[in-house]
Amino acid sequence: MSMINYASREINCKIVYYGPGLGGKTTNLEHVYGKVSPSTRGKLISLATETERTLFFDFLPVDLGTIRGFKTRFHLYTVPGQVYYNASRKLILKGVDGIVFVADSQMERMEANQESMQNLYDNMAEYGYDLTKMPFVIQYNKRDLPNAAPVRDLQAQLNPGWEVSDGARQRIAPDPFHAGENLVEQIPSGEWVERATYFEAVAVSGDGVFDTLKAVSKLVLKSLA
Amino acid sequence: MPVGATSWSFTEDDFGAINRLLQRFLYDSNARCALLVDRSGQLVTTVGEKPNFDATAFATLTAADFSANDQLAKLIGETDFNTLFHQGERESMLLADVVRRVILVVLFDNRTTLGLVRLKMRQTVEDLSKVFDEVFSRGQSGAGKPNVLADADDEIDRLFQ
Ligand SMILES: Nc1nc2c(ncn2[C@@H]2O[C@H](COP(=O)(O)OP(=O)(O)OP(=O)(O)O)[C@@H](O)[C@H]2O)c(=O)[nH]1
Ligand SMILES: [Mg+2]
Repeated sequence: MSMINYASREINCKIVYYGPGLGGKTTNLEHVYGKVSPSTRGKLISLATETERTLFFDFLPVDLGTIRGFKTRFHLYTVPGQVYYNASRKLILKGVDGIVFVADSQMERMEANQESMQNLYDNMAEYGYDLTKMPFVIQYNKRDLPNAAPVRDLQAQLNPGWEVSDGARQRIAPDPFHAGENLVEQIPSGEWVERATYFEAVAVSGDGVFDTLKAVSKLVLKSLA
Repeated sequence: MPVGATSWSFTEDDFGAINRLLQRFLYDSNARCALLVDRSGQLVTTVGEKPNFDATAFATLTAADFSANDQLAKLIGETDFNTLFHQGERESMLLADVVRRVILVVLFDNRTTLGLVRLKMRQTVEDLSKVFDEVFSRGQSGAGKPNVLADADDEIDRLFQ
């Protein structure tokens, strides 16, 4: 739930990193924390177990710049990915403005990715939010590992696209981040589909972390414009 | 059905009204400081003694605490806990729901009593509810819709170059 404060001239937005356990959500936030200047970020709060698995959430506030004289503050949260923490996961989604789904590229994590994606749709629907109409970005993490599935397969499984029924939006929209690919297009069956923007990442070394964050933040601000 | 979370905004007038209510409350209750936090964890305002802790982090944890307790209430068959009380050796805090959208947090020490703070809080919550009902109904009707970002596409693009 974005909040615009005219008194302090701030726009506050909430972004949630979602995805299967051990996929690298916390690592994304840690990288952002380590890279941005302390003057533009707050404390990194982690409610974690002794083994560093997220128990409730991680939280990091960052300022991404000023628009129309308003400071844009993004509150980044991660959810606990482990299946049995669903109650906590759902709580964190409350009032979310944008979602990053961090998928684990490893072949053997495909099913965990799919389960988590389904769980995301379900939890959003319970709040009455429609994920397909919200700022939503997918990150394929752990691209450095030898057992990483090809992006093509991950796209087919996790980002096959949702139907675009609004005639006005049935126009090809090129993917600005991947030459030759489209975000909105007509598939051979004749149906128009839209896919989420995706990025490849190696969160441990920071590759793709800021591309992901910038893309989702931009979508969030545009959704307010 | 809303597409996602609705956005809300408040003006300097709202802000003034809220702060006046909270100042009055602190004066009447002898509490140290009051914070307002929205349910998604964002700090709306603080009044009274300047907190010597990280207020942003505090707001996030407050909202999480409150939502977790909401769920606990449901598990035991209550609809919610309207207020929560955490007692410390020197400092205590009392939290109360305001129209299910914001949380009022009060920090107080032994210069006052839980009884007095609770009593004064009840009236304050009622008064705040009126202010927030208006703020939120305005947001929904779209009349006072925030348009700071209207047509700011170019500026947004530049921010992320
Ligand atoms: N090889 C490799 N390892 C990574 C990458 N990103 C994260 N990891 C490692 O994966 C493990 C889990 O990362 P976390 O960030 O804690 O995962 P998480 O998604 O927060 O997990 P939960 O909190 O359980 O939901 C850690 O040991 C990370 O160092 C990556 O890009 N490549
Ligand atoms: Mg984690």
